[in-house]
Amino acid sequence: MKLAPTAASYLEVAPLTLVLTVFLVIPLAMVVTVSFFEYDMISGVIPVFTLDNYSYLFGSRLTLDLYAGTLKFAAIVWAITLFVGFTVAYFLVFHVRSLIVAIGLFLLCTVPFWTSNIIRMISWVPLLGKYGLFNQALMGAGITAEPVEWLLFSDFAVVVAYVHLFTLFMIVPIFNSMARIDRSLIEAAVDAGAGRWQIMREIVIPLSKTGIALGSIFVITLVMGDFFVVKVMSGGRTASVVSAMFEDIRLLLYPPAAASAVILLIIVVLMVAAILRIVDVRRELAG
Amino acid sequence: MGHQYGRRPWTFYVLAAFFTLFVLFLYGPMLVVYTLSFQGPTGGLVFPLRGMSLHWFAALFGQARTGDVWGSFARSLPLALMVLTVTVIFSVMAGLAFRRRFAGATAIFYMAIASLIIPGLVLSIGIGLMFQFTGVPPRWYSSAFGGHLTWTLPFGLLIMFAVFSRFNRAYEEAARDLGAGSWQTLRHVTLPIVAVGLIAVALFGFTLSYDEFPRSWQTVGPYNTLPLEIWGMTTNITSPALYALGTVTTAVSFAAIAIALTAMAMIQRRRSRRALGAGRG
Repeated sequence: MKLAPTAASYLEVAPLTLVLTVFLVIPLAMVVTVSFFEYDMISGVIPVFTLDNYSYLFGSRLTLDLYAGTLKFAAIVWAITLFVGFTVAYFLVFHVRSLIVAIGLFLLCTVPFWTSNIIRMISWVPLLGKYGLFNQALMGAGITAEPVEWLLFSDFAVVVAYVHLFTLFMIVPIFNSMARIDRSLIEAAVDAGAGRWQIMREIVIPLSKTGIALGSIFVITLVMGDFFVVKVMSGGRTASVVSAMFEDIRLLLYPPAAASAVILLIIVVLMVAAILRIVDVRRELAG
Repeated sequence: MGHQYGRRPWTFYVLAAFFTLFVLFLYGPMLVVYTLSFQGPTGGLVFPLRGMSLHWFAALFGQARTGDVWGSFARSLPLALMVLTVTVIFSVMAGLAFRRRFAGATAIFYMAIASLIIPGLVLSIGIGLMFQFTGVPPRWYSSAFGGHLTWTLPFGLLIMFAVFSRFNRAYEEAARDLGAGSWQTLRHVTLPIVAVGLIAVALFGFTLSYDEFPRSWQTVGPYNTLPLEIWGMTTNITSPALYALGTVTTAVSFAAIAIALTAMAMIQRRRSRRALGAGRG
């Protein structure tokens, strides 16, 4: 039996499409539908159309505070991971002379990605805690007499954990973009008398744009969708958009959680679209 | 660069120091946790170490109060292997499909990207609702399995894109010219060439599923997978048993990475040996 090439393509892509339809598209449609349903504490979800879930969210001061807080974290973490990720990738691509060493060091950076995020997050507790290593060192050196309290269970700890978990998502795409930069371009610039900063500004940064955009999409969506780092590292003091959703679901309040999920989705998609507007990632991925 | 073989510029030393600090930042906390998991029986959650022992590992598996660690491990491991298998097969098939143009390719591509950037918890709620409404009880091997695939398949697809973009189709044409059927070409030419990429997909499939929390949360049903069990422990357990669990689960992840890297190295070695043999013969 001979298949037409297009028919073969459809057969080959069918399993993936089926899985994503059943476990992505339909569930999202469910979330959108339920966000317009009524509910009560006793019988749960009632399939009657209402806009109350949304009007409550838009009318609540809490929603604004949650988004402001989460966006603040996203902005801070984005700036730090971009700086660290760019610097690390730049070092590996342009300063390590042996390709084998560069790939080895790159793998060293990626190994933690394949281990548990929860465990990596908890591993900051014995360092930042009230009687943790940092406080022991600070007091041992006589810098402070009392343990510093804001190291753990604070916004500071949340940012540290985010940077620890997510910087990798910046390094990998930026490394990828930089590795494809033609070295002769830089040699030509050097020969033409360009300085270090000029090469950085005129060649390296523009040609790393795709990697920067992809990394930014990863980091921003990861922070926007996170709840467990915020919950554990802030010691329950700070809430995020998703952690508020988490609490709603624990109380079986599906419709308000669904409405909040829909708004979050719209905001995340808009942010990603904005980044894609600045940098055409797909063209570069395909090419 | 212009100074390829000359003296290293001062920026090298600054950046090398920065990189070293970053690696310390990346690994330091983890090493502290592994060390503290060998804490003596009277030791606590922070330094100093009060002796070295396997006490907390024994506590982890011995006592009922730490929850169902073994049971959750016995679910997470087969689940991760199921996800690995399906991710590899479906990603390769989709990767092959995307080498030709077909109507709807862009839509499917964007669906996969959407799957990657959607907050896992939102999807978890959606899958939970879907099972609730259809009356099918959610289980780790059905709803959570599907949920994990929405996370691993996009990674698999992107890796296959990268692999096939460097693939030389002349090999397949040569096989076909020699009379190989399309199945034979796939089995004896295409798959062996992309084998290293397949192992990368397998590694992603296994570890992403094994460590996945958000997409498991509303989808596992009554029996927890390991990350959910660990999550429960972070709020209940305040002893180094938690660190011991961290050490054990990281050891499993490292074993997966080691197996994957060994397999890649073996494929490369066999290939270069064959190439040498072919040259001589």
